[in-house]
Amino acid sequence: MLDFLTRTRGRRRLDWTDWLTFGYLAFGLVLMFGPVLWLVLSSFKTEGALTEFPPSLLPTGPRLVAVAGEDKPKPLYRVTMPDGTVRELAELSRIGLMANMADPAKPEEIVRVPVDKREPVREFGLATENYTDLGGKFEFGTYLWNSVFITVIATLITLLFNSMAAFALSKYRFSGSKVVFLLILSTLMVPPTIVLVPNFLVVSELGLLNSLWGVIWPAVATPTGVFLLRQYMLTLPDELLEAARMDHASEWRIYWRIVLPLTAPALAVLAIFSVMWRWNDFLWPLVVLSRSEKFTLQLALNAFQGDLVTQWNYLLAMTVLTLLPITVVFAFLQKYITQGIASAGVK
Amino acid sequence: MLKQFAAALGSGIEAPFRWVQSAFGMRPMPWLFLFPNLLILGVFTFLPLAINFYYAFTGGVQLYPSQRPFTGMENLATLFDCTNHFVPATCRKDLFWRAIWNTAQFSVLQVTLMVAMSLITALVLNRKIIGRGFWRGVFFYPVLLSPVVVALIWKWILQREGLLNAVLVSVGGSGVEWLTSASWAMFWVIFVSIWAHMGFYTLILLAGLQAIPRDLYEAAQMDHASPWRTFSRITLPMLMPNLLVVCVLALIRAVQIFDEVFVLTGGGPGSATTFIVQFIYQTGFMEQIRLYGMAAAGSLVLAAVLIALTLVQLRVAAGRRGAGNA
Repeated sequence: MLDFLTRTRGRRRLDWTDWLTFGYLAFGLVLMFGPVLWLVLSSFKTEGALTEFPPSLLPTGPRLVAVAGEDKPKPLYRVTMPDGTVRELAELSRIGLMANMADPAKPEEIVRVPVDKREPVREFGLATENYTDLGGKFEFGTYLWNSVFITVIATLITLLFNSMAAFALSKYRFSGSKVVFLLILSTLMVPPTIVLVPNFLVVSELGLLNSLWGVIWPAVATPTGVFLLRQYMLTLPDELLEAARMDHASEWRIYWRIVLPLTAPALAVLAIFSVMWRWNDFLWPLVVLSRSEKFTLQLALNAFQGDLVTQWNYLLAMTVLTLLPITVVFAFLQKYITQGIASAGVK
Repeated sequence: MLKQFAAALGSGIEAPFRWVQSAFGMRPMPWLFLFPNLLILGVFTFLPLAINFYYAFTGGVQLYPSQRPFTGMENLATLFDCTNHFVPATCRKDLFWRAIWNTAQFSVLQVTLMVAMSLITALVLNRKIIGRGFWRGVFFYPVLLSPVVVALIWKWILQREGLLNAVLVSVGGSGVEWLTSASWAMFWVIFVSIWAHMGFYTLILLAGLQAIPRDLYEAAQMDHASPWRTFSRITLPMLMPNLLVVCVLALIRAVQIFDEVFVLTGGGPGSATTFIVQFIYQTGFMEQIRLYGMAAAGSLVLAAVLIALTLVQLRVAAGRRGAGNA
């Protein structure tokens, strides 16, 4: 174990520490991805299949067949008859321990079967209606729009405001610049949870309760963003600015046309962070947005899981859709995200 | 289209900036660039901080500070009114003290276990393995998921007829009500929060490990140092600054735990997983009578805890540095 913990360089031959490493990684893969995979698989199961215990691994459900004279498709069972033969019958109705069943080909001939003499015929099937029903049933589109609006607008404003502040703090020498920088950084120490109550007052005084802007404005002046962009802008040579000033470019023009494009890599990192922060925000939107037509996806999920009768099939599908954008962003930008976090030490 | 929008935005804001520059020269320019950011911070951080302080010393149920009667230390006195602070049942605000002790228990266990797990994971990822980027991503992925999603993923697994109980039953055990038994609920709250946040700390520790100069290990190898000696004399001391940072960050976050738990257990069963932030939220926003003053007083206590933690950790960090130099 100690060897395993300490060694940093592999040997040519696979020894037990390598197996331990491999085992740990495999365990990690299952533990980290397994629950998400289970969520995705479950989200494709029908409401009926979700209540089964023990659950089946893949989305399967009873095969349904159309029976003449019945308006709904009926589940198919493999029934062991008293004489030992096995027939495939559809269940028409069930009374206690007996079921009225019929051959789909001959629906008029009803057979009474004890329920312990039959096995459901299962088939693989994706219950895509969990997803397609969302729009009509739950105003899913509204929640999605609210989440996207907050995420996109807040990120754009964050990029603009933070980069302006970073520009001032990195490219000007003026008295008070250090104090301002420390003041901005010190807000890192003020977690939003501490100013929950008074912020509620401020936002309601500004008439922003139950408004998406009430979620956006308090979130855009991120100290992390200012720090990240300032550190990056410090590396840009001042000669560029001097040359532009010689050409009588205005300060805004220097910021907008020269500094901002050169800061693109850092802006990209901040944009990724900001998108993740705003998409995942919970407590502050929970306080500001109390009307359901203003709910973000996170709030909608929370509201549905708290219902007395949780419709898990829709809840699971909605959860998958909520984690999908973040997963896609991560799959493509993993390198930038991990590097950005490792260099800035912030999340 | 994006380019045109950006160009329009740029020239739109340029006008006032150009006017200020031509009228007042260079002096106000940095302040002009700082203005939007500082305005937001002032309105939504510094002003609320001041109001929060005032709230904590007022009573009543009105939201507007001017309509709230000044009650001095009454809120804080009520919160701290206990026969025995270690036994929440003897307190006037028993939920507050339950939340305090729950948070203390949670923070100590969660931070200890999480830092240990992150360290082990970082050490494993620092070995010569194929596809390190991929594996780093595997452990990091849950960090990006929203707390609500994390809670729902695990709620689905831990429910009475969930995957975990199915596995238990299939190996001959019997199902457990994971989230409605007090001690199991605390266990799973800790487990899930570690699952969700471990990758972040692993990443910081891995960066620290990779910054340790290779020749130190080569020298140790020449001297036939045992693996344990190499670990305790090179890896651990060199990693100490990062470990301290990780501990501070993890502790500060742990004390503020709310989102995942609120969705996973709702603070229950009873008040078994109710933490300080949930006490603040419940007191200020969920009850029929919204006691903003009490909630603000609670957040003052939370702020005091956070400041104390930061100071203690800074002291520890400074002490270690001093010892290292001597």
